[in-house]
Amino acid sequence: MRDRLLFTGQLLFTLLVAAFLVVPAGLSIAAGVTVNYFRGIASGVTLEWVAQVWELYAGTILLSYVIALATLAVTLLAGVPAAYALHVRSGKISRMIEELITLPVAIPGLALALALLLTYGGASEFRRSWLFILVGHVIFTIPFMVRSVMAVFATVDVKTLDEGAASLGASPWRRFRDVIVPNAVPGILAGSLMVVTLSLGEFNLTWMLHTPLTKTLPIGLADSYASMRLEVASAYTLIFFIMIIPLLVAMQLFADGKQTR
Amino acid sequence: MSTVGGHGAAVDIKNCGKTFADGTLALEPATLQIARGETLVLLGPSGCGKTTMLRIIAGLEQPDAGGTVLFDGKDMTSLPIERRNVGMVFQSYALFPNMSVAENIAYGLKIRGMPKTERAARVAELVALTNIAGLENRRIDQLSGGQRQRVALARAVAIRPGILLLDEPLTALDAALRERLRGELNRLLRALGITAIYVTHDQAEAMELGDRIVVMRKGAIAQIGSPREIYFAPQNRFVAEFIGAANILETVVENGQLVLPGGRLPIHGAQNLSEAVVMIRPETIGVTSADSAHLSGTIDSVSFVGDRQRLVVSGAAPKPLTIDAPNTIQAKAGERVGLSIAPDAVRLLPPES
Repeated sequence: MRDRLLFTGQLLFTLLVAAFLVVPAGLSIAAGVTVNYFRGIASGVTLEWVAQVWELYAGTILLSYVIALATLAVTLLAGVPAAYALHVRSGKISRMIEELITLPVAIPGLALALALLLTYGGASEFRRSWLFILVGHVIFTIPFMVRSVMAVFATVDVKTLDEGAASLGASPWRRFRDVIVPNAVPGILAGSLMVVTLSLGEFNLTWMLHTPLTKTLPIGLADSYASMRLEVASAYTLIFFIMIIPLLVAMQLFADGKQTR
Repeated sequence: MSTVGGHGAAVDIKNCGKTFADGTLALEPATLQIARGETLVLLGPSGCGKTTMLRIIAGLEQPDAGGTVLFDGKDMTSLPIERRNVGMVFQSYALFPNMSVAENIAYGLKIRGMPKTERAARVAELVALTNIAGLENRRIDQLSGGQRQRVALARAVAIRPGILLLDEPLTALDAALRERLRGELNRLLRALGITAIYVTHDQAEAMELGDRIVVMRKGAIAQIGSPREIYFAPQNRFVAEFIGAANILETVVENGQLVLPGGRLPIHGAQNLSEAVVMIRPETIGVTSADSAHLSGTIDSVSFVGDRQRLVVSGAAPKPLTIDAPNTIQAKAGERVGLSIAPDAVRLLPPES
């Protein structure tokens, strides 16, 4: 009897906490498809706001994906070799570089953006292009790529594999291509999902770096909250959900797969 | 492709030392020649510098300035491992988890640009040679330790290297398998006629496989010699104690005879000495009746180990003597026995070693 009471109590508490977090999200999504939020859902359900958001912000959404994929490309090209070099070299300088790469995780995005603006703000062509945001995103996301690839390197003794391939006559590039990268695939995949998700959702830094012509998803969201009807902003949230949730689910599935293997 | 066929390359190591970045001296400058087709074993306890020596020969470490590595007279010192045409078997095997067994074996051939059909033929040849038929399409994580060892060996010799380098290749295996593979490895090395350099801390492996053994200690070579020389004629106390079991005695000498608590023992080469350090192997001591013997003592303990029995006899020498006696003799603790030791069996060691 006592056990059942305890169980029921715990269940209720859990549901309450979950509701506390889920209800606002639900309300926001509902608001996005309501004809008039102030009159409530009774005023009718519509996709008009979603359509309007799409019309206004399709370019922003597209640019977000371009930046996210470009960020991914850069972090792959720079991050994977960097992770390998940092894993293989054991000196003090390597550890310092590793710390340096990780630093942007701890520094507020605003501070990073300010530094970028102070340094490159004068180069107006660069400042106005989306490449400026790309630089910020790369700085912010590369530690996640490097870390997750290094974590895999730590488990597969990649240094000895490299020596093994070298003893068979493979040049450093062949070794990297044939042995190092294929054995780092789990870390590269996990890192890639993380990088894309972070780039799509990054706000602090992007908000400082953007121009009216270079906006990303979260910037557009803030913009619509500030200047549009609540229904439009909510419809925007709905679109954002739809884009980001599959990535989060993929990340979760991937993490589960690794644990059960 | 290698031009050296079945006979392998000669190796000349001149003055190769290694100081690590943190200042520790891993290897004192050493000079060593390895003949074509010879199997040389680097033997010693961990931290003696044997792996460092192997890695310098492989090209995985650079020797300190002044050291040179020559293969067949050609200076290899500045070449990285991928340009030395050596085969290497690692302690952890270093097999590629992203490739099948056959792909692992063929990798070095693929790098050398060998056509696919020739590659397949060579892989088939090696699979037969190393007894791993039927495993070609397995993934590496589906193999047992012994199978991995064979794949690693097949992969290393596939490229017809001038020199085969083996870094404790059997250490990761259990005792019974280790012994069986040791025999197989020995036959394979002889059949290939390849120059092989083999690192181990296991003296039984060193004895069975080595044409010559280099015993190493604390970054320096303690002795170089054939297994018999190393065993019967150790040049110093470290080698005597590291290889096999040894009784080491420090005693006074009179008229070329050791003066021991249990009697006198004539030895060779001690006419002008007043004291000596000597080594006597346990199996060279014979057990006789106490009455007529020049040297006698009392049995402390008897342990029967199957093929022989090990006696500990006190009172004969300054410290108890270990004796390996035939498993047929009757011996009991507390019994007095005579000991017969041929003068040849007593080996003089340098005093301070």
